[in-house]
Parts: sequence; C-alpha cells; structure tokens
Amino acid sequence: MTFVKKPEIHHPLLTVNELGLKRRDYEGLVSTLCAGCGHDSVSAAIIQACSELSLPPHRFAKLSGIGCSSKTPSYFLSNSHGFNSVHGRMPSVATGANIANRDLIYIGVSGDGDSASIGLGQFAHAVRRKINMLYIVDNNGTYGLTKGQFSATNDYGSTSKRGVPNLYSPIDLVCMALQIGASFVARSFSGDKKQLVPLIKAALLHNGFSFIDIISPCVMFNNHDGSTKSYGHVRDHSAPIVDADFVAPHEEIEVDYAPGSTETIDMPDGSRLRLRKLEDSYNPKNRVDALAYVQRALDEGDVVTGLLYVEEDPADLHEVLETPEVPLSALTESDLCPGSETLDSINASFR
Amino acid sequence: MTKYNDFVIRFANVNGSGSASANSMFAKALFRMGVPVATRNIFPSNIQGLPTWFEVRATEKGYFGRREDVDIMVAMNAETYEEDVECLASGGYLVYDNTRPRPRTLERQDVVDVGIPITKLILPEFSDPKQRQLFKNIVYLGALSALLNIDFKVLTGMVSMQYKGKDALIQPNIHAMEIGRNYAFKYLDCPFEFQVRYSELAKDKILVDGNESAALGAIYGGATFCAWYPITPSTSVAEAFEKHAQKLRVDEDTGTKKYAVIQSEDELAALGMVIGAGWNGARAFTATSGPGISLMNEFLGLAYFAEIPAVLFDIQRVGPSTGMPTRTQQSDLLSVAFASHGDTRHPMLFPSTPKECFDFAADAFDIAERIQSPVVVMSDLELGMNELTSDQFEWEDIRKYDRGKVLTADDLDQVEDYGRYVDVDSDGIGYRTLPGTHPSKGSFFTRGTSRDEYAVYTEAPDAYSQNMDRLNRKWETIRALLPRSEVSSASYRAGIMYYGTTATPMSESLALLDDYGIELDTLRIRAFPIGHEVREFIAQHSIVFLVEQNRDAQMKTLIVNDLELNADQICSILYYGGMSISADFIVSEVLNYYEQNKVPRLKEVSS
Ligand SMILES: Cc1ncc(C[n+]2csc(CCOP(=O)(O)OP(=O)(O)O)c2C)c(N)n1
Ligand code: SF4
Ligand SMILES: [Mg+2]
Repeated sequence: MTFVKKPEIHHPLLTVNELGLKRRDYEGLVSTLCAGCGHDSVSAAIIQACSELSLPPHRFAKLSGIGCSSKTPSYFLSNSHGFNSVHGRMPSVATGANIANRDLIYIGVSGDGDSASIGLGQFAHAVRRKINMLYIVDNNGTYGLTKGQFSATNDYGSTSKRGVPNLYSPIDLVCMALQIGASFVARSFSGDKKQLVPLIKAALLHNGFSFIDIISPCVMFNNHDGSTKSYGHVRDHSAPIVDADFVAPHEEIEVDYAPGSTETIDMPDGSRLRLRKLEDSYNPKNRVDALAYVQRALDEGDVVTGLLYVEEDPADLHEVLETPEVPLSALTESDLCPGSETLDSINASFR
Repeated sequence: MTKYNDFVIRFANVNGSGSASANSMFAKALFRMGVPVATRNIFPSNIQGLPTWFEVRATEKGYFGRREDVDIMVAMNAETYEEDVECLASGGYLVYDNTRPRPRTLERQDVVDVGIPITKLILPEFSDPKQRQLFKNIVYLGALSALLNIDFKVLTGMVSMQYKGKDALIQPNIHAMEIGRNYAFKYLDCPFEFQVRYSELAKDKILVDGNESAALGAIYGGATFCAWYPITPSTSVAEAFEKHAQKLRVDEDTGTKKYAVIQSEDELAALGMVIGAGWNGARAFTATSGPGISLMNEFLGLAYFAEIPAVLFDIQRVGPSTGMPTRTQQSDLLSVAFASHGDTRHPMLFPSTPKECFDFAADAFDIAERIQSPVVVMSDLELGMNELTSDQFEWEDIRKYDRGKVLTADDLDQVEDYGRYVDVDSDGIGYRTLPGTHPSKGSFFTRGTSRDEYAVYTEAPDAYSQNMDRLNRKWETIRALLPRSEVSSASYRAGIMYYGTTATPMSESLALLDDYGIELDTLRIRAFPIGHEVREFIAQHSIVFLVEQNRDAQMKTLIVNDLELNADQICSILYYGGMSISADFIVSEVLNYYEQNKVPRLKEVSS
C-alpha cells in the first residue's frame, strides 16, 4: 500500500513530539564555533534526531575530549549533564560512566585529533568493550582548536592551508571500528542532513557501540583546494552506499524508490530501520565485505558514506559484565555491604 | 639458652621452584600455634630462575620489622649461597641440601651446620621430575617441624586443607614432610635453640596482607567498580577485589554481579573510567604504583578541578619502571600530593597495618564522596604484599555510607537557584547532581576551571581566583575530616614521627633506644593534609626525628609546606635501599645524631 505523507501544518521547530517537547527543548547554548563550521551542523542533526525520537533530554549523558568538536556538547541538549574531559580520553570516561549507570543514553563527541591521534588507543578499546553509546567523530582532518596542524586522518598528499603536503598514511577510523568489532559503523557528511539525521537516530536506538565518522569541514583551516576534507571535495567524492531510513513505531513504510534493494531491521523500541542499498551486491550485515569495500574505495579516493555495517543483535558491555538491571550507581548498603557476620567468617579464613 | 617464638628464618630459593606455598605454610603453622609472625617476600622482577627469599619473623613482643641478620637460613639456592651464609647471625643455623658437596670456602665456624641430603632423600620416593622439584620444599618443611618443635598436626592439617578436593595430592605431600621430619629426628640435633611453642598472643589475630585487606575494605566500603592496569605490587588489590566480589557480590536470585572490573588498556584509561563512574554516582577505584601515578597525572588534575570523587590505591615501589619494581619504598608522596599541572593538591591516607588498609579503604570512599575529590591510599610493597599478623577486621552494621552532598530530584524541586560550585555551606564543597536526575533542573556541564559557580563557561580572572580560593577552603575542611595522627607523649625532650610502614619497626626501635638511655615521644602521621597536632608535637620537642623510606624527605617537605613551619627541629632519618626499614637502621641513625650533636643520652624530661 502506498502511504502518502500528510503535509506538515506546523513549522518543524514548533511541532511538539510525543513527550510534548519542542525542538528547542533539545537545543543547547549558542555555539561559539566559526560561522560555517561543520561541527555546528552535526550538533543540529543531533538535536533533530533526539527530538524526533522523543527521547527525554535529561536522560542523556554527553561526553567529549578536547577540541572544537569536543566543545559541541554544550551546543545541544542543555537539559542533560555534559562532561568535557581531557584530550583523547573521552572513551574511558564514557566507559566508566556507562558502567555506573546503564540506564542513560550516552553520546560521545570527539575530533579526529582527539580520537585518531592522542586518543587512538582509548578509541580502539572502547570499540572492543562494546560500550552502549553513540560515538561521533567530527572529522575535519585538522586540529581546529590549535589552529590547523595535520591530524592523523589526513589523506596522503592532501595539503595544509599553506600548501604543505601530508607525507604520512592516514588512519581510517571506520576501518578500525569495523576491524575491531563495532556493531554499528557509519560514515556521513555534516553537509548531508538528510543522510545524517536518520543515521543518528538509528545509532541512538542501537544497543551497542555505534560509531559515526562524520566528515565535518573546518572552514578556518581545512577547506581549501588541497584538502580532502573540504565541503567541495566531499561533495564531489562522496559515494553513498547504504541509506538508512528511520521508521517510527507506528509509522508505515513508504514505497521504495530505485535504485537498489531494501532491507528492514527491527529496532528494540518497535521502530524499524530501512536500509536502502544503492549497490545491490553490498551487504551491510557482513563485516568482512564492508571492510573490504570501504578499504578499496579509500584507495580509489572515494568516500563511501551511509550505514556501512550493522549487527542486528548486538552485544553490550553490561552483558559481558553480567551486571544487574539496576544501575550500579543506584545500589545501596544493603546490596553492597556483606555485613559483620560475613566479616567474621572472612576473619576466620585468615587464621 | 632456648629462645621461644623469637627468631628470624629466611628461605633462599629460586623463583618459580614452587617454594612459595611451602614457605607460607611454614609461616601459617607458626601463626596457628598462636605465634605472632611477620613475613617478607623478597623477590625479583622475574617469573622463573632468579633468586627469591622469604623471611618469617616470629615475635612475642610484636617486633614485626625487618632485622638485618637472620637466625636460621634455609639455603636452597646455590647461586646466592655465599651471601646467604654471610647474613646469618653468629650462633645461627644453616640448613642446606648436602646431597652435593659445598665449596669449602663458604664455611663459617660460628654457625651451626645443618646439612640434609634433600635431593637424595627424594630420589627413591618420587618418580615424577616435577614432584621431585616441588617436594624438596616440603622435605625441608618437615625437617624444620622437628628442628623447631612445630606441632606436626598443624602442618598436616594445613596440607589437608590446602588440597581439599584434590585428595590424591595430600598423601604424597605428607609423605614428603615425614621424610624430612624423620631424617631430622634420626640424624640431627633436635631441636634448635630457637623453638616454637604454643602461645595465646595471636589467638584473636589474623594473618593477611595489606592488598587483600584493602580489597575487602573496598567491598565493605561499597565500591562497585574497579578499573586497573596490572603493575607490581598493586595487582593483588584488583585481583583480590574481584575474587571476593565473586563470592560476596553476586545476586543470589538473578546471578547478576553487583560489581564490575575492567582491566584497562593503561593507567590513564583506568583513572578515566573511575572518574566517569564517580561523576555518574558509583563508587569506583583503581590500584596502581608509581609509574601508573605518573601516567594518571592529567586525570588527577581534572578530577581535582572538576571535583569528582575517586579512590586510588598507590602501592609504592622503587622507581622508575626499569628500576627495582619489586622493592619497597615511600617515594611517591610528592608526586601524588601535587599530581598534575596547575595548583592541585590531593589528600592521602597512610595505613600502617592490614587492618588499617581495610579501614582506610572503606573510609576512602566516604571521604572521596564527601569532599568530591580523589583520595589516595598510600600503601607500599612491604605492607601490600606481605602477610602480617593483624587485628581482625571490624564492621558496624549500622554504618551508612556517606554519599556526600548529592541533590535528588525532590531536593532540586525545593532549590530556587542551583549552582554546582556555589559554596552554600562555607566549607568549600558545593552540591553535586548526578546525570539523569531531574527533567529540567540541576544539569550542568562538567569541565576544568574555566567556569563560574554556576558551571557556566567563563575565562574571567575573578571567577578563576574565587574558585581556587574556595578549593583552599575545601582543603581546610579536608584537613579536619581526615584521621588524626596517633600521638603518644610522656613529655620527653625528643620525639619521633613516622607513617605507613616506617611504623612497623618502631616498637622495637624504641625498646632498643631505651636500652641506650634514649626515650622518645611518638607520633604516627595517618593523613595528608597534615593535622595541626603535628605542629603541636614539633613545637613541644627540641628535636623531632622523622623517619621515611625515601631519599628526599618527602613527608618533611609536605609537613613544612602544608603547615608553613620552620624545619629546624626536624631531623630526617631516611632509608631508601628498597628493603623495608629495620629497627637496627633507625637506632643507629638516632644514636649517630646524639653522638654528633653531643646531646646527653639521659632520659631527660622537659620541664
Ligand atoms: C594533553 C593535551 N595535549 C594537547 C592539547 C592541545 N589541543 C587542544 S585541542 C587539540 C587538537 C584537537 O583536534 P581535534 O580533536 O581534531 O578537534 P577539532 O578542534 O579539529 O574539532 C590539541 C592538540 C591538549 N588540550 N591536551
Ligand atoms: S577552527 Fe575549524 S573546527 Fe574550529 S570552530 Fe573554526 S571551523 Fe570549526
Ligand atoms: Mg579535527
């Protein structure tokens, strides 16, 4: 059956969601980033995704490291707690926070310097540990906050603003995340809201480690001709492979448009994720294929975007740790303290 | 003249030869006979092949410190034989395997030679080469039971306990023990002048190491999360926490675990995780040693400025990483106290006994949440990894955890104007809110110092200074909150101050000094910031010795700086060789001082 969407009567910013909240209830402080910075578009996409999902804003925990990108948690969800930690170490702080309270929704925002250089180790280990969180890297191929040095995600031969070429191999966080075992891996572009917002929604509902590498141009230091992370370059070289459409629990699925076939993934809350494959042979549920495809495209200079890999039944760290449903932070003396009688037998065991 | 329950025995073995369990069985047997014992494991940074020593001091007087010489040497390592023979006190006993002849040059006339053909005795009895190796240790254990008059039933009982469920191992072990015991009775002069006899002194005590005690303290103190990275000598804190949590913290109905342990990728991550958990309202800790503290610096500063509770155990060792990692020291005081950049200061607790490791571990979680800052429990290898006779652990069931100033959703509904860093109570400590508490009130953005009292971003100079001044007020609150020093004063002219494991040889040192006519008042420091009682103690004495196990008199620096004192009266006694400090060392340093400064040694009382 064909479903015809009713035209919106209200301006989207004024519509209330299922919680009776408006878009502005999901906003943050006014951004202090440069006008045109890709990071601000990412924040806007997060705001839109969270409000459209009708998630309670105060049930988020926002974590970041240091950098322009890491400042952005101030600019969305002002009713939730945020933690601007230290450079490259957001993953460990997020891990500890998540272990303490499994009930919150965790968003970590990092930069390419933060995650691919100083924090590469922590990034990799957060992936392995399957922390249930959305991990976003605002990837601009530069150290914005320290004024334009090369980062580890710069493509070989791409140049700095002053024309100096990068002579070292790039680290591709998508390939790393795939290889180490992330259960949700996507790449997108801050300028492609249509692609990005559904990806963020799907990632937020995914019960495992969701990673989105978002090419997010730095207009101040890395938006020139020699850059492979500029608005122009990404628009020209972006190759969407799988688009994700998000379908809310009671919404009906729209008809398909060519090209490519579709697949549906049921999400824990009753919503569905429609994967529209733009190339028939691509299988987003096969880690090895995904890795091979992305790696090949990289070598050819293409930026493959979309939902590159997703596990339908992901695992999460708390399953591994066998922690209770109640957050560890909510346990009290009666749960935690074995008491004096038990201590007597402990004492006896040391005799 | 027979000496009962008063001797030092040292076992010289090769690392990885299976001696550890036999040796600790020896210590435990004495303890089970009611004899207070201290054990000392002197081991190399190696898994197999290098020399290792295990020492047991039996002491009715409670002299648990290391002695420079030993009364009985069980020399099982050919490589160290020469130095092992050398460290015997005159009149001591040398037990060794005489299956093969020894080099003649190594004989000493003033010690009793006790050769036992251990290898030869074992050969016809056991065929498995691995058993032959392992049972050498059991044979000397059996021989010692005869030589020292140890109740054999206690030993066989322990073997049965240890191999409960693996019954096939019990008989061969007891048999090996009997081989040694029978040989001793038949061919050796039994017993030695040093003997063991039943005592009541250790009846109500426990024999335990500081790390396991700290781990149990963490469990009783409500820790739910341990993040750690392996490093000697702190590893056993985390391992013991997990071991005991597996027994004490598993939900009977659901089988879920009311704790989590993560072996992190490094110490930075370990502390990052602890801070994340603390920020989110769980009691979390990490255990490490000096190299880990070095790596944790940036995060320690963040936790200080962002005001997040965290508990750390620093089991100190000799630095640096390529140094003597398996030797003990108290050399991390300064690096912990001021860890990180910016003006930072961190409170420390200094336990001296296993019981105090337990107590301070549990207390540390209350303190950390009360003061919203990291608290570091400063133990060391000597205390952490060696089993020592200790008072039993105690717990009052009415005790409630002090979760500090945390606002609930109801609290927030009552609050007009919430500001995370507003000093409402003038004690320098603001009110925290935890993520997820309230739909519209109390959320804030945690960061370092570039914020005002309402956690709003600002780089205004006044906001920064006011925040730092408030943190100073908090420091005074902390000073008043931490355990005070233990003082014993008879108004002598001179005093002696010590902390942590320098307390261990102190009773013996004082008794020895008394024989020389020197009597000292004592003060045991238990925490940093330094309590005002230390200022008073120093003021009351014309000379105060301060005993430490580091080169740079780190505690002295802390005292002088923290209390803004004049250091003239403080005379440092510093040992930093990596073994634990001995009474002999302390006594000779004090005597030296008296001699050099021509101070009369009389038991003078100040008027
Ligand atoms: C330990 C440490 N080293 C260096 C810095 C300085 N620093 C701040 S941000 C940054 C790079 C940030 O780059 P990226 O993560 O890509 O963020 P962007 O600003 O590009 O969004 C550096 C090196 C720091 N804050 N901490
Ligand atoms: S410097 Fe670059 S990354 Fe930073 S705010 Fe400006 S545009 Fe964005
Ligand atoms: Mg960057």
